[in-house]
Amino acid sequence: MTLGDTLSLAWGSLIHQPRRTLLIALAMSIGVGSVVVLTALGEGARRYVLEQFASLGTNLLIVIPGRAETTGGAPGVLSGQTTRDLTLSDADAVTRLRGVARTAPLNVGVAQVSRGSLSREAILLGTTADMLEIRHTHLARGRYLPPGPSDQAAPVCVLGERIRAELFGTDNAIGEWVRIGDRRFRVIGIVTAQGQQMGFNTDETVAIPVAAAQQLFNTESLFRILVEVRGREAVPAVKESVLALLKTRHENDADVTVITQDAVLATFDRILTALTLAVAGIAAISLGVAGVLIMNVMLVSVAQRRSEIGLLKALGAPAASVRLLFLAEAGLISILGAAGGLILGLAASFALGRLYPVLPIAPPLWAVAAAVATALVAGMLFAWLPARRAAKLDAALALARR
Amino acid sequence: MIELDRITRGFQVGDQLVQALREVSLNIAAGEFVSIMGPSGSGKSTLLNLLGLLDRPNSGTYRLDGLDVTGLDEVAAATVRREKIGFVFQFFHLVPRLTAAGNVALPLLLAEVAPGERKKRVARLLADVGLSGRADHLPAQLSGGQLQRVAIARAMSMNPSILLADEPTGNLDRATGREVLALLEDLNQRGTTLIVVTHDQEIGARAGRRIVMEDGRVVTDKVS
Repeated sequence: MTLGDTLSLAWGSLIHQPRRTLLIALAMSIGVGSVVVLTALGEGARRYVLEQFASLGTNLLIVIPGRAETTGGAPGVLSGQTTRDLTLSDADAVTRLRGVARTAPLNVGVAQVSRGSLSREAILLGTTADMLEIRHTHLARGRYLPPGPSDQAAPVCVLGERIRAELFGTDNAIGEWVRIGDRRFRVIGIVTAQGQQMGFNTDETVAIPVAAAQQLFNTESLFRILVEVRGREAVPAVKESVLALLKTRHENDADVTVITQDAVLATFDRILTALTLAVAGIAAISLGVAGVLIMNVMLVSVAQRRSEIGLLKALGAPAASVRLLFLAEAGLISILGAAGGLILGLAASFALGRLYPVLPIAPPLWAVAAAVATALVAGMLFAWLPARRAAKLDAALALARR
Repeated sequence: MIELDRITRGFQVGDQLVQALREVSLNIAAGEFVSIMGPSGSGKSTLLNLLGLLDRPNSGTYRLDGLDVTGLDEVAAATVRREKIGFVFQFFHLVPRLTAAGNVALPLLLAEVAPGERKKRVARLLADVGLSGRADHLPAQLSGGQLQRVAIARAMSMNPSILLADEPTGNLDRATGREVLALLEDLNQRGTTLIVVTHDQEIGARAGRRIVMEDGRVVTDKVS
């Protein structure tokens, strides 16, 4: 029997029992669909996190005071180790290193920001002009912090969009004065609304010169130094030279930690990929269940069609042809189920994407291919036993009965 | 063309060995019309299954057209069935979801006859049994006599040299049974060897050669 004839015979027997066929195909569809949707979600989450990191710049080094001897946790902070401060002059020294494009020292604190009778708490970022480039921040109006030596405490500030809206409403803010803590600052710029970025909202921050922040918080030490490297390939070399430089500056004590953006990125990538795979694996179990269902239905079908099988053998069909016929039925059901599952999964992914526009939800190609392939393999594998039973059927016995 | 030499076939039923055929030796020439009669359990169905290569003897040899087919493997036996042997059953055994034409085409499908050629042959076969107008009917839409005629057309589709019929009229009324028998006799007249297992004395009497079996043995073998 030719493959075309086998398929058309198998197809004929499937559409002869449309409800049965549709139900098994539906079971298969749910399996394939859930693999597609769940991997789409996992992949969406992964891409969301990676994009968040990428928006910080991938050739970024972050210098943190204190040395991490073990992995995990903010070094020094949790263990209560005493550390040497990172200072503004450390930051300036790093800026002069080879391969460093720009640096931005960072102090972070919370302060009361007020204008007249309006007042609210805001996250204060003490930094320099280069922060604008490093964090890919965009200005809605005015200028960012003025360039110049980092130890100049000019009384100027740049407001996040939300702070501006709450303090000024529809009034013009540029050139006006606000009070931060016990000092007065002139508003020189507004940052565009960006929303959430890596957990903290730029819209609710106020940026002032780092020297002013250190006076405000009465501290000499920095929270972080952000270092932007010229070109991604230079990152490891620059990391080494930053460590070496700060070691010499800190009396030969290696008491800082340098995190590369790439390392953080790679870790998140690994974790989220593993998560996606695990979720896909769980969803694939339902494909196995669908396979068992196919086996069950095929076994019943073989029992019901004993005389037809016997007849085919009497008419000169070798066992292999009979086996192929039943495998073709399972294969067609699986293809039907896989196609239905793809439609189901893609539609659900699309709907979810509409529901959570922040997440870039799209099923990865490998997952779609794997789901379809697993469906086909499971279908054929579980149909093997019933097909073999049909092929081995004793024709004389099968025909003797009605 | 059929030569059976001391064929024995037994079945294990529980702890008892039932001898269905005991050293049956039989020669049937091409073009004969043979009826096989006998009480239930006399071994006539077993003999028919063996002749149709649906079963194998425990001992003895079966030569078909001079070729020893006793030890053929499964695939080779299927090929011999396809090329040389046609079957007609008491319960017709038509595939219910296929039309009359679809049922007649089944052996051609198995033999990988090209679709165009297949269509022509099916049309001619249905015309031969007088069912040209019923080609697109499903078995459920046909009467018993029509079903058996479709089954005969199917059996003849590969133009076999032997036609094996197991109670071909057993499920039909007398008049329809006669029609079907006439059709089978006509095929026999045109050269097909016809072997019919039956309980029906009338059919038995019309055969050119009448074999009666009892207890796994041929007890009478008369040529008229």
